[in-house]
Amino acid sequence: MTSIDLTAPRDQPHWLDVASRYRVALTLAFLVIFPWITPYEALAVNILVLGLYALGFNLVFGYTGLLSFGHAAFLGTGAYGCGIAIVSYKIGWFGAILIGTASATLLGVVMGFLAIRTRGIYFAMVTLALSMCVYYAFYQMQSLTGGENGLRGVNLQTISVLGVSLPFINPTVKYYVILAFVAVAIWLFSRILASPFGAVLEAIRENEERARACGYDVARTKLVAFIISGAFCGLAGALNAIHLSIVPIETLHYTTSGQVVMMSLLGGMGTFFGPFVGAAAFLLIEDVLAMLTSHWQLFVGIIFIVFVLFFPRGIWGSLLQWAERK
Amino acid sequence: MSDPVLVAQNIGMSFGGFVALKNVSVSFARGKLTAVIGPNGAGKSTFFNVISGALTPTAGQISFDGRDITGTPPHLFARMGIAKSFQITNVFPELTARENVRVAAQALSERFQLFRNRDSYGALIDKADALLTLVGLGARRFNRARELAHGEQRSLEIAMALAADPKLLLLDEPTAGMSPEETREMMNLIARLAEQRTIVLVEHKMKLVMGLAEHLVVLHHGELLAQGSSDDIRNNDEVKRVYLGQGAVAVGGRA
Ligand SMILES: Nc1ncnc2c1ncn2[C@@H]1O[C@H](COP(=O)(O)OP(=O)(O)O)[C@@H](O)[C@H]1O
Ligand SMILES: [Mg+2]
Repeated sequence: MTSIDLTAPRDQPHWLDVASRYRVALTLAFLVIFPWITPYEALAVNILVLGLYALGFNLVFGYTGLLSFGHAAFLGTGAYGCGIAIVSYKIGWFGAILIGTASATLLGVVMGFLAIRTRGIYFAMVTLALSMCVYYAFYQMQSLTGGENGLRGVNLQTISVLGVSLPFINPTVKYYVILAFVAVAIWLFSRILASPFGAVLEAIRENEERARACGYDVARTKLVAFIISGAFCGLAGALNAIHLSIVPIETLHYTTSGQVVMMSLLGGMGTFFGPFVGAAAFLLIEDVLAMLTSHWQLFVGIIFIVFVLFFPRGIWGSLLQWAERK
Repeated sequence: MSDPVLVAQNIGMSFGGFVALKNVSVSFARGKLTAVIGPNGAGKSTFFNVISGALTPTAGQISFDGRDITGTPPHLFARMGIAKSFQITNVFPELTARENVRVAAQALSERFQLFRNRDSYGALIDKADALLTLVGLGARRFNRARELAHGEQRSLEIAMALAADPKLLLLDEPTAGMSPEETREMMNLIARLAEQRTIVLVEHKMKLVMGLAEHLVVLHHGELLAQGSSDDIRNNDEVKRVYLGQGAVAVGGRA
């Protein structure tokens, strides 16, 4: 909702400005009741986790204007980092999530360092190529990662939270445990967007040359944004690993990078809540179409094209624009 | 010149094979308004890009406040105190006028501050509003930059350049594309700014700057053709020859 809070003069603040001020609380309130309105809870967890993945991606895509085609590497590294810590090193679930997130952050430093000086299509290509290297690296480390079979056995029957043992198998418990992490991430994300650093990201997205002329180190700012984005996506990956109990090798596949681009465009890039809308829309479309036809990917493609051509602001972005005019 | 703020020595700039600047040496006096004039394509904007850091010259040296700054990364120029407004409007279109200026002002203090709210820096907002008022955009501060009229965007350019508290303010054809009325207001604004600042102004309409500028620098085909006071330039035969044929520009324009 950040695109709204900087608009025309008004005698009283528009209700959207007010809503934008409370965007974290509103988003969390919605996510707390969310599992009660979805058909089944596993879907709610999927949307939550992929929504976080899209949120992290949105920092570079929607807020900084960088199209990365390699974000699967962060989701995958976060997932494998967490999964391997649990399966091979018997590390506790909480520590494993931190390890997954930290691994993705570190990867962000390396990938960002190599890619950040390129622009536009070259940036997309370099990030794609680097993510494919990551894919093969994990694919080859069979003994740790399970290779093409994926990493199995990330099973958490019960988890202990501050000494209390919770049945993680229970979908409701699982949803709210994962939501606790997502909530912290959403709050952090909002703080970053509202900070002076967030302002510089927007300035770079709007006009890189002018941002540089104003005195900003554009390359370094982009690098920091890329690393932070990697951290958020890595957390999403780690949560996905404990959610699914396995890490499929497809997590690192370039189609997973494409998915997050689609979710962002469907939801609305550069909007605060758009990533969750996009993740929900994407998963629902996929679910419904897969039930109706075996050519569902074709229809997903068509829907995607319609959005790019006619609703470039995505579902949430278009709704906001419509509400703003009211 | 006793105390130049910026000295450009033997500046050369080529794009591939094309030589846009050749052996240009100019000093800019502190506290004065200098105008860089010359016909279109003379190399004025290129020269500005060199002294504002956007381009690294292929030959020569620039010093600022007595320090050699040739080859310094472009983003450091604004922090050193050299700010430029662009000939072709170059703002942040989707941000409000206030946010455009605020983010320009923030660059002075920005140190990757991730966790404070940008609105808690009230001083930056006050500064942005004061600058917008100074350039006549006070009432437009909540409008997005792209919603402003062309002339207003030109003024926004200047407010953004001023936000860096520059020791040297470079204005590249601030009146480009403006109506005569807007042009008059802009020249008045520049005259007011010049009372307390060191300004270098690019203008291809010589008439506008005659009398206003204390020193004039004439570029032609990438070379320094002449420099001096309004009277020196007005009576310079070579300058007359260059500007002849450009009928509209009366060399003898009233001071
Ligand atoms: N980036 C560039 N690449 C190639 N040629 C350029 C570039 N920038 C400027 N030029 C050329 O340099 C010459 C001077 O341009 P410019 O400095 O914009 O002139 P002025 O501002 O005096 O009108 C022009 O012939 C222009 O085509
Ligand atoms: Mg020019």
